[in-house]
Amino acid sequence: MARVLLFGRLADQAGWREREVEAASLAALRASIANDDAALAQALEGPGVQVAVDKALVRGEAVLAAATEVAFLPPMSGG
Amino acid sequence: MITLTEAPFEPGALLTAFCAGRDETGAVASFVGLARAEGGQASILELEAYPGFTESAIEAFAKGAAERFGLQDWRIVHRVGKIAPGEAVVFVATASKHRRAAFEACDFLMDWLKSRAPFWKKEHGQGGARWIEPTAQDRTDAQRWD
Repeated sequence: MARVLLFGRLADQAGWREREVEAASLAALRASIANDDAALAQALEGPGVQVAVDKALVRGEAVLAAATEVAFLPPMSGG
Repeated sequence: MITLTEAPFEPGALLTAFCAGRDETGAVASFVGLARAEGGQASILELEAYPGFTESAIEAFAKGAAERFGLQDWRIVHRVGKIAPGEAVVFVATASKHRRAAFEACDFLMDWLKSRAPFWKKEHGQGGARWIEPTAQDRTDAQRWD
């Protein structure tokens, strides 16, 4: 189970900010989300959206262990 | 040290605390950013952070700034959550032996905080709420230091 966190406009679009998703990789996680909400999955692949796994930014694919936290970060706005 | 807080803070008290007990510091520069009302267009500013991630990113950047400018110390306090016009959003203070480093590092930190720090900003106004991205000016200001 990965704990998925959404921030900013992504959370507004999804209608949730945090959810447990059964997935062993980032690709599987994206597929699972797409199954549920194709528009959201597309937004998560959108320009400028970064992914953090256990609070570290990753590029491309990542293996997800149990209780991994996966955050989707839209372009940061600054404070 | 970086602190994120949902509660309003008093900038003067932070500056007093930051200046206390410094007998080798010749200069402290500080900056306070306030939420603007935009002539009544913006009623509430909402800032979202990623707890843990946002502090780490700010801490790492500020440590780099301290090295670059030879700071003795720095302090950042940043609001998150809903902020009313007139309330302080951010406090930055820098301490150094001489004033130039303190001024420049404070400016440098603010340019980064305003354009690249991991926050997501929403403005609640009369016409509803909208997410805000950094302005072209914010980006240009940050690029001055690249």
